[in-house]
Amino acid sequence: MTVYLLCFALFLVGLYGVLAKRDLIKIILSIGIMGYAANLFLILFGYKRGATFPILTGANPGPMVDPLPQALVLTSIVIELGTTALLVALVVRLFQKYGTFDIAKIRRLRG
Amino acid sequence: MPVETWLIFTLGFMIFGSIVALELKDILSSIIAIGVVGLGVSMSFLFLQAPDLAIVQFLFEIFALIILVRAFIGKENHQLEASPTNRILTVIGILAVLVLFIVSIPVFKLLPPFGEPLMNVSQHYLDAGATETGAANLVASVILDYRAYDTLGEVTVLFAAILGVFAILRSTAKHKAAGGSHE
Repeated sequence: MTVYLLCFALFLVGLYGVLAKRDLIKIILSIGIMGYAANLFLILFGYKRGATFPILTGANPGPMVDPLPQALVLTSIVIELGTTALLVALVVRLFQKYGTFDIAKIRRLRG
Repeated sequence: MPVETWLIFTLGFMIFGSIVALELKDILSSIIAIGVVGLGVSMSFLFLQAPDLAIVQFLFEIFALIILVRAFIGKENHQLEASPTNRILTVIGILAVLVLFIVSIPVFKLLPPFGEPLMNVSQHYLDAGATETGAANLVASVILDYRAYDTLGEVTVLFAAILGVFAILRSTAKHKAAGGSHE
């Protein structure tokens, strides 16, 4: 259970960054931290003690870890890259318009 | 040494790195600290017997670092001045996170213990994956055969995200004469 709790603590560090930071770049990095923690938690959940990676090497394989969360997390990591690129593009555009990364100063949401 | 010891070490390292990245003033240093955290995730995937994921996470780290550095370097004139609101926000954030952590401890007690997964569906993938799909790598057999629609959806989301990036970063409007706005 200790590893689960530590992984959740990593998620909460990211949540703290989203809640308390005013810098938009820090907020992007916090969302990235939350993504790391979510992916890692799924893989921790599928780990089987004493098992090997799910690749068949010989005729008589031993116990192997769960391949399903690995496949879905593989998908999730790639989507995370697209999301990060989209967030970075939004922030670059906001910087061009307002000249600051401070969310307390970006208030005029008119065209 | 059991795998938990390594995992506790890497997770503690990652939590420390994240806090450092969030609290540093210099933006380049915090981007690099986030890169170190991502490499910690990659190492944890290796300990958890997921080599494919470790490689993908490593590549993700490199691309994310390139994107972030390319976008934000040279824009360091954004030193935020400290304000009382900022300090109140920090205290409220830390309190909220601590309360959430304490409240969620009973939930983690209900989960199956570490190292003993349920594996109802995936046992079939492990037993019959090689004969049904012919792939030696069972992760590949899941993403490309059993759950191929999921991969199709992933590619669609990625395509939509890239389209969004180009739509946001486009500097000139496409039909200037047709639209009513003159900006």
